[in-house]
This record gives sequence, C-alpha cells and structure tokens, in this order.
Amino acid sequence: MAKLSPINKTDFPMWQGADAVPDAVYLDSAATAQKPQAVIDALVHYYTRQNANVHRGVYTLAEQATEAYENARQTVADFIHAEDTANIIFTRGTTESLNWIAQSWGGTHIQAGDEIIITIMEHHSNLVPWQQLALRTGAKLRYVDIDDQGLLDMPAYRAMLSARTKIVAVTQVSNVLGTINPIQEIGQLAHAAGAILVVDGAQSAPHMPVDVQALGADFFAFSGHKMLGPTGIGVLYGKMALLEAMPPIEFGGEMISKVEKFQTTWADIPWRFEGGTPNIAGAIGLAAAIRYLQAIGLDKIRDHERALTTYALDQLKAIPGLTIYGPQDAARRGGVIAFTLNGVHPHDLATVLDTQQVAVRAGHHCAQPLMQRLGVVATARASFYLYNGQADVDRLVAAVNEAKEFFQQ
Amino acid sequence: MNEDQLRLLYRQVILDHSQHPHHHGTLADGSHEKEMENPTCGDVITVQVKLSPDGQQIADIAFNGSGCTISQASASMMTDVVQGKTVQEARDAVYLFSQMITGKETTKEMDDVLGDASLLAGVRAFPARIKCATLAWKALDQALPGFPEKE
Repeated sequence: MAKLSPINKTDFPMWQGADAVPDAVYLDSAATAQKPQAVIDALVHYYTRQNANVHRGVYTLAEQATEAYENARQTVADFIHAEDTANIIFTRGTTESLNWIAQSWGGTHIQAGDEIIITIMEHHSNLVPWQQLALRTGAKLRYVDIDDQGLLDMPAYRAMLSARTKIVAVTQVSNVLGTINPIQEIGQLAHAAGAILVVDGAQSAPHMPVDVQALGADFFAFSGHKMLGPTGIGVLYGKMALLEAMPPIEFGGEMISKVEKFQTTWADIPWRFEGGTPNIAGAIGLAAAIRYLQAIGLDKIRDHERALTTYALDQLKAIPGLTIYGPQDAARRGGVIAFTLNGVHPHDLATVLDTQQVAVRAGHHCAQPLMQRLGVVATARASFYLYNGQADVDRLVAAVNEAKEFFQQ
Repeated sequence: MNEDQLRLLYRQVILDHSQHPHHHGTLADGSHEKEMENPTCGDVITVQVKLSPDGQQIADIAFNGSGCTISQASASMMTDVVQGKTVQEARDAVYLFSQMITGKETTKEMDDVLGDASLLAGVRAFPARIKCATLAWKALDQALPGFPEKE
C-alpha cells in the first residue's frame, strides 16, 4: 500500500516557518481545525481593504463589505445545497444554532405532553438545549440507544415515534464514536410521524459532501472553525416555512424593518435573525474555507480520511489492552477514534503523548451521557483531517506504546 | 516539554501513591464530606473527614473515587499531610499546596509542611494537569467547617 500522504499540508502555516514545530502531530481536528493561509489571507484582506459595517452605509466601502458578507451566504448555501440564501443564518457556531432552534421554534411549538427524541450519542450542545426545553414546557425527552457497535438502535427509534413526537434531533457524525448516522432514513420516519428533523452537522459538514435537501433536514447546524474557518462563525440552515414560524431571538439593529415607539416590524428572513453587527470577517473567512475545501473536493477529503481511519483502526487494534469505541468499519464512521488503554487514565495518556508532540483530546468530549452508556469516565480521542497522513498515525501508535511502557514499568 | 519533565511529573513516589493510595475508602463515622468533580475529565473524588469531639482536629480522613495518576497520588498525599492536623493547619496546607502548584518555586516552608506532596511541584510544567493535582485539596477545603458558602 502506498503511504497515505497529507493533502496540501504546506498550505497550513501551523507547520511552516522558522518558529513552527514542523513535526508536531495534530490529532484534535474534531475539536477545532488548523487554518490554511487562504483563510487567514481572506481575514486580513477584509480587515485591511474591505472593513466597514454591512447593510448600513451608502459609501462604496460599505457596499463592498456588504457584498462580501452576502456572497459568503451564497457560498454557504451552495456548499450545503440549500434552496436559497434566505435559508442561511449566520450564528456564532453549532451551539448557538441549536440553542436558537430550541428556544425559538421549540419555545413556540412545544407543549406539555409532546415528545422530543434525541440519541444517547449527542454532544451536549444537541442535548442540553432539548433537555432544558423539555423541562420548561413539560415535554418528554426520549433517547435512542446504541448497540455494541456504536450504531443507533433503529428498531427502538421506530417504536418510539408517535403522533406525540414533535422534534427528532440527531448528530450526523458522532464526535466520540465516529458513527455516521442514517439521516435520510431517520428523517423519513420522523416526517411520517409529523415531526421535524434537526441535524447537528458539526462533525459532518467539514468532512463529507452534505446536501441538506437530500438529507431531509428541516434544520441543519454547523461551525466554521471545525472546517478550516475562523472561530465565532457558524450556520443555521432552516426550511423557509419553519423559519417563517420562528420569532427572532435577539432584538436590535439590522434585524428590523421599522421601529416605532411601541411596536416593531422585522426585517426579511434571514436578516431578522441577525441582530446587531454580525461576524462579518468570520463569514468571509468561512466562505474562503469552503472555497478551499471545494477546490480539493469533499469526496476526496472523505476518501482520504476513510483510508486513514482504516489504517489507524488496524494499527491501534494491534496494541494489547487498547479498546476502541464505535464501529470497527471505517465505512460507517468518520475520522474520529476514541480509545482507552488498560490501566492508564486518558489524562495521563494524553500527557505522555503531548511530550511526544502528539496532540489528542482526553476527557468526556462534551458527551457525558454517552460516557456513562459506554461505562467509562473519559477516553482519549484522535481525530483526523486532510492535513493528517499515515506518518501521523504511526507517531500516535508509537507514542501510545511508549505510554504503555512508561506506566507498566 | 521533554522526557525529563515527564520523569519529574511521574516520579516513582507519585506512581506508588497512585497505585497504592493511602486512606482510600470510606469512613463509617465521618463528620464532614465533600464530593468534587474535575470538569475537564469527569473524574469524581469524595473526601471525608472525622473531626475530634471538640471539632478542632482531623481525627481521621479518607478519600474515594477514581481518577488519573496525578489526582489519585495527590489525594493520597493530601490525606497523609493533614491527618491529625487542626482544621486551621489543614487549611494552611491547602493554601501552601495551591501556591506551590501555581507558583514558580517551592519554599522551605512548603517542603516542610507538604512532605511527599511537595514532589507534585513537577505539575507546574503541565498547566493542563493542575486541576487534577488540586482536586482533592479543594474538596478537603470545602469539606472542613468554616468554608465560606457562596452567597
């Protein structure tokens, strides 16, 4: 087998320049991704050549800033195959997107006795908003369990659906197990029961082609920083009928059409949801990241990560005492591998790996109910992106073996 | 960060405390206790103390829970340090330990008061692990009477 080389690693300043650590192994892209020069350049260009507030000024510079911001919306709409730019709302990130759905749509459509279905593998950001909505309204929160492979228990999900089900919220790719969930099927079943489908795309949009219409998503949320973009920018996609039924969450400038002393009419969708000066640079940086990913091709990125995950699973499985969580087949999972090593706490493991310049996450990964389900307090987690290659996996495996030796001497 | 710092962090005494912790378990007749969680990893530790009848002295102490090498060793060392001490002396030790871990140097007073626990000074080079080291000490501080309750 030919060595799996990183894709375009030289485009990432993290590993370039005299003060860089060129052999640092970064395996925490599920937390946040490194940034290519193209994204950094787009931010610098905006701040140095386009900086003005949007949707306000009549001068040329403000027009240019507004155009760049709205072009970014078009880039995002095309990226996830949304119907229109009006379906794209810029947020701070996945967490804010999901909270807005729960507060605004949920807050006006959920009543006592309704049911909200989520899964045991959800990240806290697609769990706590629904839990709190249920507590506030008297709705019932129900969890779809996983099987021993870390796949959703679909028969249990089918049995759970009823006329009481109003919302089904599920992640497309688990940030711990890596499991790729059958969103289309989950959505068809939800719609047949009269429920809406909310998809957490934080771990999928950066790594594979996404078509929100083909998926049947009523809402879809993702973050810029996990897909080579800046922090503080994210996206909330919604179907128009649902966005029309959603009251604005934040009030202030830009989101209004007309303000009188005792009443206000809202701006059109999507602007009515974007109160105040938005993260203009963030949106422009995100669009640059999307163009960068598209130039490589999301299919190619997915294939690369799948091959790398297959290789990593094989290598890690060969280490005695190491347990891997989630599907054992890379076809059913994204480039995320959570694991534990017998007798070595994940924190101690991550510290030893760190001394070998290998960065992995250790902890509960913002998924405590899943940790309880798996019967562990914490795990280590390695996650891959386009800039990782086979050499990174080899370094990981060598460092894990070193840690094993260190603590078992 | 290098091998030497790693050896300093995981000295043999620390590994020994972690693998064979002192005062690990529960007290049947504890008078005060506090459960505390390390939010970064989810590890939970419970510190129990039994005060003397006059309420001035730590007559017995135990801790329970599982965690990483650093948190377990630190908890074990903490129990050795404060067993038999007065409440005020124990609080002073908690303060000294916190100063040592977050500061730049270990003073002679720290060495004298903290004993084995002063070996945890190596955690300084690993800021991400400071919470692991201080968990049991914070739990003790809050378990003891006179801890200021938040308004």
